[in-house]
Amino acid sequence: MEEERSFSDICGGRLALQRRYYSPSCREFCLSCPRLSLRSLTAVTCTVWLAAYGLFTLCENSMILSAAIFITLLGLLGYLHFVKIDQETLLIIDSLGIQMTSSYASGKESTTFIEMGKVKDVVINEAIYMQKVIYYLCILLKDPVEPHGISQVVPVFQSSKPRLDCLIEVYRSCQEILAHQKTTSTSP
Amino acid sequence: MVLKAFFPTCCASADSGLLVGRWVPEQSSAVVLAVVHFPFIPIQVKELLAQVQQSSQVGVAVLGTWCHCRQEPEESLGHFLEGLGAVFPHEPWLQLCRERGSKFWSCKATHRQAPATPGAASEDQVMLIFYDQRKVLLSQLHPPAALPDRQAGDATASTGGLAAVFDTVARSELLFHSDRFDERPVRLSHWQSEGVEASILVELAKRASGPVCLLLACLLSLVSAAGACRVFKLWPLSFLGSKLSTCEQLRHRLEHLTLVFSTQKAKDPTERMRKANTLISVLLDVALGLALLSWLHGKNRIGQLADALVPVADHPPCRDPCCHQVFRCSISLLQSQHVAEELQHLLQWLMGAPAGLKMNRALDQVLGRFFLYHIHLWISYIHLMSPFIERILWHVGLSACLGLTVALSILSDIIALLTFHIYCFYVYGARLYCLKVYGLSSLWRLFRGKKWNVLRQRVDSCSYDLDQLFIGTLLFTVLVFLLPTTALYYLVFTLLRLLVVAVQGLIRLLVDLVNSLPLYSLGLRLCRPYRLAAGVKFRVLEHQAGRPLRLLMQINPLPFSRVVDTYRLPSCGCHPKHSWGSLCRKLFFGELIYPWRQREDKQD
Repeated sequence: MEEERSFSDICGGRLALQRRYYSPSCREFCLSCPRLSLRSLTAVTCTVWLAAYGLFTLCENSMILSAAIFITLLGLLGYLHFVKIDQETLLIIDSLGIQMTSSYASGKESTTFIEMGKVKDVVINEAIYMQKVIYYLCILLKDPVEPHGISQVVPVFQSSKPRLDCLIEVYRSCQEILAHQKTTSTSP
Repeated sequence: MVLKAFFPTCCASADSGLLVGRWVPEQSSAVVLAVVHFPFIPIQVKELLAQVQQSSQVGVAVLGTWCHCRQEPEESLGHFLEGLGAVFPHEPWLQLCRERGSKFWSCKATHRQAPATPGAASEDQVMLIFYDQRKVLLSQLHPPAALPDRQAGDATASTGGLAAVFDTVARSELLFHSDRFDERPVRLSHWQSEGVEASILVELAKRASGPVCLLLACLLSLVSAAGACRVFKLWPLSFLGSKLSTCEQLRHRLEHLTLVFSTQKAKDPTERMRKANTLISVLLDVALGLALLSWLHGKNRIGQLADALVPVADHPPCRDPCCHQVFRCSISLLQSQHVAEELQHLLQWLMGAPAGLKMNRALDQVLGRFFLYHIHLWISYIHLMSPFIERILWHVGLSACLGLTVALSILSDIIALLTFHIYCFYVYGARLYCLKVYGLSSLWRLFRGKKWNVLRQRVDSCSYDLDQLFIGTLLFTVLVFLLPTTALYYLVFTLLRLLVVAVQGLIRLLVDLVNSLPLYSLGLRLCRPYRLAAGVKFRVLEHQAGRPLRLLMQINPLPFSRVVDTYRLPSCGCHPKHSWGSLCRKLFFGELIYPWRQREDKQD
């Protein structure tokens, strides 16, 4: 079962949340961030090239222009490959674990998988971010030494930063699966 | 809990048979290792499983049945397969079935015994997870943080989550030894059933490595015994050996070679990686050294280098009519910028009015003349050595065949020797400045009526006589007015010394880089990323409602930064001992600094 809804992130940009319910024990949430806008790309390129042209008129060295072109190209490739995240996916599988995938604009994918045995809970936390108070979803990991302690807090959807309404939906589905897993694990 | 069945992708097209593998009750997961085909004799299957269990400490058992219907589904086969459940008792009994032309499987897991609580289903939901058996067998899992209480190398297989799957597959190698061309009583299907992989080169290398390692280990032990003999412990040689970075580097390389060619087999994968990394590092070093050697010995570059280092005052400029005229002119340019002459210019500048500051004339002249005399001695010494420099450089350049690191260490030592006069000047300037600063601080305490108590290591009050105060004031005034001159000389020579130390430090960093970079691990991560696993990742395959969920488990490779961190070879351990703060403090008070001194054996 697949559903798509649109939400907004903390800065007001549009996000699309795709929910896939494969089975009662396996759900996937896919958040798509807004694409790289042509306007900002043109603005940055024009600024860099105008600055380079200004330097060229001062120094009369044509290497500056080729260096500016190189820098723009390399910077764009580096930005697409290392910085710009297109999609963030959260896959939660009952009794197996939670997997978070970030896909970059160049196609690179970086995945983290946390086993269910290490997951203590999934919660929505508040944080002060610059001048705003924002909400974020995070996974609490168990401390192997102390049974009631928390060893690590792993935030989810870090680059898309959705608002509370989107987070509540994801939170509810995750809690359903975690509750189901807790009841079945305690029973023989 | 949902029952997870880990199924190897290579068996997805195998004929019907029995599923053989390990059941992990804590995770409620069944790891299928192989499929046993018909016809088989149950006794022989049980014997084989007992054999595997004994050799690998893994609880291998028959988990259930696998039915691959190529033609129309057969009723008799279905009943026959169910009957097998009685022959091989296992709880729960797994039944996987695949129809011809369908991507979706049907799975059932039944509990034969009566359930403890009434009303609970005797059938569990099953989740199918496909895994690539070859990749999982060859890969090595790197958990994010090692638990402090986990013992390394426990005898029984671990039960920690997915590590259990990797462990099970890795330990069951005995099960994968036979392929379908062997005439064995039990026919198995697994990743090697199409034929065991092997490479002739690898086998030859394995056979040859035994005697070669033995021979080289003997040679290396002879060399290290020669190096450990009494002669080298006597004073001049032991002092030189501890000061020269070349000896340190040679010792380090000898240790590496001993490790690589040791006749003992590596105990665990980490040691194997370390041996491989060391070998590749040594080979790269030697290759780069030979490249440097061939570059140096071509086009008379050694001659140029020798001429650049030594000022030959009476060298006739540009008299040579041949095509090397350009080279000669550039060499004379280099000579005029020679280090010692530059120092002379610097001292003349200091003896005048440097940067507009007015120095104390008498002290200035004394210090300037003292240092100029030293430089004069140094230049005469270099003149004596100049005929031999080229020969020495040629022989030293040959040492590059021992490795690039050795050549760089020799370069660093040559720089240290050539700038020895700068080091001497720095020591003189620092000692003078240090004396001055201590004197000033002590006399300043005298003004305030205080004194340093050596016994109690603190400042105490003290009453001075009038004549003590008078002489103290006079001395204080003298020292204060002479402070700028001494401070300027100290500053100039300290900067020069720091420059030389920075150059030596850079060379040392480069040597450390070549020594400690784990090239084999990086190459493995590039070419065979599944060998170094940071974890796993799952992909949900096509799903149909009512059918069990199918997932594909792939290996998530280790990021490059973690590869370097985990497998970095131990370097010489010569990191700067001082933090920036303590370094600045020492400079201010005129204490001598040795930023790149090797760490002593005793703990600080």
